Amino acid sequence: MAISVDSNAESRRLCQDQGYTFPFLSDPKAEVIRRYGVLHAGAGENGRDIAWPAELLVDAAGTIRTVNLTDDIRVRERPEIVLREIDYLQRPAGG
Amino acid sequence: MLQSGLMHRSWNSLIWAGFGFTLVAAISYVPIFARFPATRDVPWVNLLLFLLGGWLLAAGIKRAYGEPERYSGKIGGAVLGVLALALFGLFCWGNFIFARRLPSASGAPQQGQTAPDFTLPDVTGKPVTLSELRKTNRAILLIFYRGYW
Repeated sequence: MAISVDSNAESRRLCQDQGYTFPFLSDPKAEVIRRYGVLHAGAGENGRDIAWPAELLVDAAGTIRTVNLTDDIRVRERPEIVLREIDYLQRPAGG
Repeated sequence: MLQSGLMHRSWNSLIWAGFGFTLVAAISYVPIFARFPATRDVPWVNLLLFLLGGWLLAAGIKRAYGEPERYSGKIGGAVLGVLALALFGLFCWGNFIFARRLPSASGAPQQGQTAPDFTLPDVTGKPVTLSELRKTNRAILLIFYRGYW
């Protein structure tokens, strides 16, 4: 699921425009973003605090399995790598 | 004052073609090439376009100064050459310096740590809780993004 400081309405527009069907959560005060240590203070429109791009894979026990923090706002995790990581999580232990 | 010799000089198309490629190189990244990971992470298509544009411009300027009796473009070539260099500089600054100006992520959770639980509203305003989602899903991918402007 995706998390940003955008309002529900903005995220709804994004989902409609792009056809995304996974959950988009709204964190307008960047509370969760701050708790996850991925705040990019003052980098948004009009100096607003926003999230910096990051992908975290959490397993069913709540353990963080992979963390991808970009060092370049242009570069994001590629979908095929994330899918491979999820496949790996779903394999039986030792497999 | 026009001299008769000037009337027969050719239009120096290399200069304009070169500047055209440079312009395309500068403005095509965001709407086109940044959409595909293969041309986004390293903007090689745009750099190639800059290279081609620069080469054509250089060839055009060279012949404008080397054979001024045959080709026009001494002033136009110099102006477009400077503009092309400025576009290239802006492109490099945006992609290789500005895009990497990020704060330290030392506060971010590490692999193996427990993900902090949270509840946030989805697009309909319905609260979504991470620990609740974990009960029905084998893995959850959290994607933090800058927002949709």
